[in-house]
Amino acid sequence: MLNPLKIRWHQGHQTIPNVRTAAVDAKFPGLPVLNDDLLAEDAAALQNLCPTKAISIDPLRIDLGKCIFCGDCERFCKNGAIRFSNEYKLASTSRQQLIVDRRTSADTYRKSAIRVREEIKRLFGKSLKLRSVSAGGCNTCEMELNACGNVNFDMGRFGIEIVASPRHADGIVITGPISENMAQPLEDAYRATPDPKIVILAGSCAISGGIFAHSPTLKREFLQKYPVDLFVPGCPFHPLTFINGVLDFLGRK
Amino acid sequence: MNWKITKNNKPIGIADIPRGNVQQLRNALINQCRQGKRVVSFFGHPDRKGMVLFAVLTDDQNSRLLVACADLGAERAYPSITPEVPALHLFEREIFEQFGIEPQGHPWLKPVRYPFRRFDPSQNIGNYPFFRIEGEDIHEVGVGPIHAGIIEPGHFRFQCRGEKIHHLEIQLGYQHRGVEELFVGPINPGEPRFKPHLAERIAGDSAVAHATAYAQIMESLARIEVSRRAQAIRAIALELERIAVHVGDLGAISNDIAHLLGSAVFGAIRTAVINTSLSLCGSRFGQGLIRPGGVLYDLDDELKERMKRTLNKVLEDVIRMSESMLATSSVLSRLEKTGIVTKQQALDIGLVGPVARASGVAMDTRADHPFGNYRYFPIHKITMPGGDVFARTFMRYVEIKQSVNFILEQLEHFSREGSLSDPVENLMAEGFCVSMVEGWRGEIAHVVLTDIQGNPVRYKIKDPSFNNWLGLAIAVRNNGISDFPLCNKSFNLSYSGHDL
Repeated sequence: MLNPLKIRWHQGHQTIPNVRTAAVDAKFPGLPVLNDDLLAEDAAALQNLCPTKAISIDPLRIDLGKCIFCGDCERFCKNGAIRFSNEYKLASTSRQQLIVDRRTSADTYRKSAIRVREEIKRLFGKSLKLRSVSAGGCNTCEMELNACGNVNFDMGRFGIEIVASPRHADGIVITGPISENMAQPLEDAYRATPDPKIVILAGSCAISGGIFAHSPTLKREFLQKYPVDLFVPGCPFHPLTFINGVLDFLGRK
Repeated sequence: MNWKITKNNKPIGIADIPRGNVQQLRNALINQCRQGKRVVSFFGHPDRKGMVLFAVLTDDQNSRLLVACADLGAERAYPSITPEVPALHLFEREIFEQFGIEPQGHPWLKPVRYPFRRFDPSQNIGNYPFFRIEGEDIHEVGVGPIHAGIIEPGHFRFQCRGEKIHHLEIQLGYQHRGVEELFVGPINPGEPRFKPHLAERIAGDSAVAHATAYAQIMESLARIEVSRRAQAIRAIALELERIAVHVGDLGAISNDIAHLLGSAVFGAIRTAVINTSLSLCGSRFGQGLIRPGGVLYDLDDELKERMKRTLNKVLEDVIRMSESMLATSSVLSRLEKTGIVTKQQALDIGLVGPVARASGVAMDTRADHPFGNYRYFPIHKITMPGGDVFARTFMRYVEIKQSVNFILEQLEHFSREGSLSDPVENLMAEGFCVSMVEGWRGEIAHVVLTDIQGNPVRYKIKDPSFNNWLGLAIAVRNNGISDFPLCNKSFNLSYSGHDL
């Protein structure tokens, strides 16, 4: 009887007090910072180097929806033309906003990335229940989505939870590049979710196909048929990226 | 028929592999397996003249690998080997599904994963031919592909009588995204030759293990050996991965028996472990660390000290929580005698990794086919006799302790001499190489065949889940259906690693 109490006492308080301001390790690759120093001879090589072709030049831009945050480009540009900051607030309500250029800073990104819609705030602002659909990825996004609910990140404290049935859900979170074999089950889950509902694409696979983008095994028609409300970049995304993204999307403080 | 003898990470020429007809290969394979050899890989590869079947066996006692192949020519069928060597069942199904080469007399010739390139495109994942038991008292339970939690997709079909499971059939393929094919082929000019990012995403919970196998295979083809410094960092990352998942599994097992304290505490401990990976390489799953030729991140004194402190605390916390939990009778009553796999069953169906060791099978790639730093710091193989959920749980606990101590030893001996990374060039042309790594889930085996430029023409991946999914189906027989989640967590198999 006493033993469990001792363990609890020993563990102390594990929950991150404020997920809005929590610090992550300096090595965490978050929002890239681009500058003008890209050497002309590096430019072409840079595009070839990127495993997901997330980089375009003239002007230099990185698509966070494709980027797997491997840092190969940062290491390649010896003069610091690309540097990954550890800024983890990366989610956006617009696919276009995920493309960052040299004018993008953490401040400008945060201001433009999320557009709060009144009806979303009204409907889901205090409680958002989501159904997770894993569709062909590598399972790291699923592990990070699980971590969002653990004792450290405790997303449940904001009324945001993953639920066991689409019937109980206000929307779905898609992880993975959407394999052909998962296309139909994904559609079924979406249609089983009652209206009004939202769709979140979490991770570069879901947003763009990620590292699997060129595989013939994907079937991504779902994304042409239905609107997407929130994009959460990362490969995998960090739990803080997901939680902050959803809180911003809901217009929460 | 002869076998070409090689070793883990030792390349051979494709031309040096003995070639016979399929009858000769079949007899030789059955003969070797009767003498205690084990199947590592068995796959088809069409070359210019027709289909060739490649077999890789392991002689664990002597740390050797045996390779042979058979020309099928125009033949589209051969007598199945599975009735003699059951561990081959899924390999034969895979070859049949991909190429239509029929193993005649196979007892369970069903689809494996409905790959994009399948012999019979009319086969559809929605029409899997499930086994059915008929009878008044029998009822069927279907679960998935989308599950109630945050889990990869897969379908489980139970045939039950009352609460008791008579039969479970596991149907996979939903995570298929064509990984093996993405490894193949020449690269466009200017693009990097290697695809470590892809290797890290074969099964994300085993990113380090798969990336290690991929890096080793490329280094072997280039006949280079990475520095001891890089080897040590790789071994530390691999053990961190093992600790993180094992701790997470203890939490998941706790959760499934409603031991909420264990669930919360192990969850928090896991966070500390994966955040250690984050401070090593910027990824909580060790992605971005391992590259052909070495590693991308160094281990400085500050990080070494931090790692030591964290791991000592992890060890203390895991011991405190496990000892308390595993001494609770209500916990033991759920774990003991649940989901038993006997040693004979484990050997027959070819289980690998901690679930095999928990059924009393002494096998561990780190000891049997040592690679990297495990050649200098031998790992002791741990086995347990029970084969039940308790044994698989306790195995996690013991392996966490073993891995923490291993890392502490690595940190003690760590030297920053030698380069972090060396160039990997001049890959062996028309070569064949096997790289095996003991991931936390068990034996990972990558096999590569190269063309005259040294580019992969075939990249065959075997995740331990490929061996072990049938083990779960066997384990739940005659158990209550409510114990299925618990049995499932005690195996914790990968869908992405299986579906590829």
